[in-house]
Amino acid sequence: MSEQTVAIIDYGSGNLHSAAKAFERAAREAGLDDTRILVTDVPEAVTGADRVVLPGVGAYADCRRGLDAVPGMVEAMTEAVKTRGKPFLGICVGMQLMASRGLEYEETAGLNWIPGDVAPLEPADPALKIPHMGWNTLHLDREHALLRDIEIGEGGLHAYFVHSFALRAAEPADVVAHAEYGGPVTAMVARDNIAGTQFHPEKSQRLGLALLGNFLRWRP
Amino acid sequence: MLKTRIIPCLDVKDGRVVKGVQFLELRDAGDPVESAKAYDAAGADELCFLDITASHEDRGTLLDVVSRTAEACFMPLTVGGGVRTVSDVRTLLLAGADKVGINTAAVKNPDFVAEAAEKFGDQCIVVAIDAKRVSVPGEAERWEIFTHGGRNPTGIDAVEFARKVSDRGAGELLVTSMDKDGTRSGYDLALTRAIADAVKVPVIASGGVGGLDDLVAGVRDGGASAVLAASIFHFGHHTVGEAKSHMAAAGLAMRLDP
Repeated sequence: MSEQTVAIIDYGSGNLHSAAKAFERAAREAGLDDTRILVTDVPEAVTGADRVVLPGVGAYADCRRGLDAVPGMVEAMTEAVKTRGKPFLGICVGMQLMASRGLEYEETAGLNWIPGDVAPLEPADPALKIPHMGWNTLHLDREHALLRDIEIGEGGLHAYFVHSFALRAAEPADVVAHAEYGGPVTAMVARDNIAGTQFHPEKSQRLGLALLGNFLRWRP
Repeated sequence: MLKTRIIPCLDVKDGRVVKGVQFLELRDAGDPVESAKAYDAAGADELCFLDITASHEDRGTLLDVVSRTAEACFMPLTVGGGVRTVSDVRTLLLAGADKVGINTAAVKNPDFVAEAAEKFGDQCIVVAIDAKRVSVPGEAERWEIFTHGGRNPTGIDAVEFARKVSDRGAGELLVTSMDKDGTRSGYDLALTRAIADAVKVPVIASGGVGGLDDLVAGVRDGGASAVLAASIFHFGHHTVGEAKSHMAAAGLAMRLDP
């Protein structure tokens, strides 16, 4: 594969250094040595990148405000993803921001790329703890290139989750995988060239590195 | 299904592991990063660094350790010890910690927990509760918060405090029995259970592990979502893998990924 640049969007949401390191290792393991990982808050770098990653930790409204506070960033992301068709990966709140709106503390508009709301987790068993925190297995709702060759299901590999809110997709076809936590919890969504994970692939060891490797090879 | 987590905890002083980690074939057993890598490879579900550096000025050393660990280990890392301000929390998160443990500062001012949780999200705020039993046999069990390694009583009821900080946005509670810590006689299961039943957030049991059955009891009887241990792993009494197999055999859901 030829050279490629991956832009990890820096909008003040947590530490992106370890995420960048995880992508670098995934690139090495996937044999994609010509992959350049760029942590950036420059909109032009995002429009010019071959792949775009939107991480995010913290509260929904805070993350949205942070993203809006970088002049031209939402426009740059939209240009890269919608006009240029670049592969896009949202992680945790970065994935939630792809929804229509977030309902954490206050109602906040999302990017509306995956129609649906980000609503509080309400497990059927009231004894289950909130946040949903730790290692859970994934259950496939439909095949997707990002999960290729990854062993999932109850006996499969685990992904690391930490969240109290989850995306409820309006279109069931957008949901690629869910976790079980007192009912199904959206774990991964995708539509066209965009994908998002509620779990943290950069913290999910084998499953995570394999997924990031698949993302770096993804040709949607 | 969500799994029970095993969290090895390393005490770090001036950038070095205190007490060392003896079971691992490490070139430098005092290097927290080397130990972290070994625990990562051994299948630990998370890792915890407790900074016991006396002076606040030596913080740079810890930050360097945290950032080198985050670069090398793709697993969740909690860092606690000496966290007093929102700026301390931010600095640790930016260095690469996924969660930050708050102890004395939360006791002095529970609103600090709310402030930190609003800024960085509930998910990264762990409140560390150090408690000692203060009830006498025959009366209802009661525990009190102690600070400064169990030396200073505060008069604050531990279960009430747990409720208060979880209402203010703590995403998780690390509950350490100061009576049990270092005794190798098992967790204070009544304390763990009392707090786990009182709050909605996950509880990590800590203090007193002597053997693998103690880990099982922490979850089954204590109601903990995760178990923290130090010496049984560091001194080679057991590996993380053995602990996981033992807990799985006892019927607990464990992550056994290769």
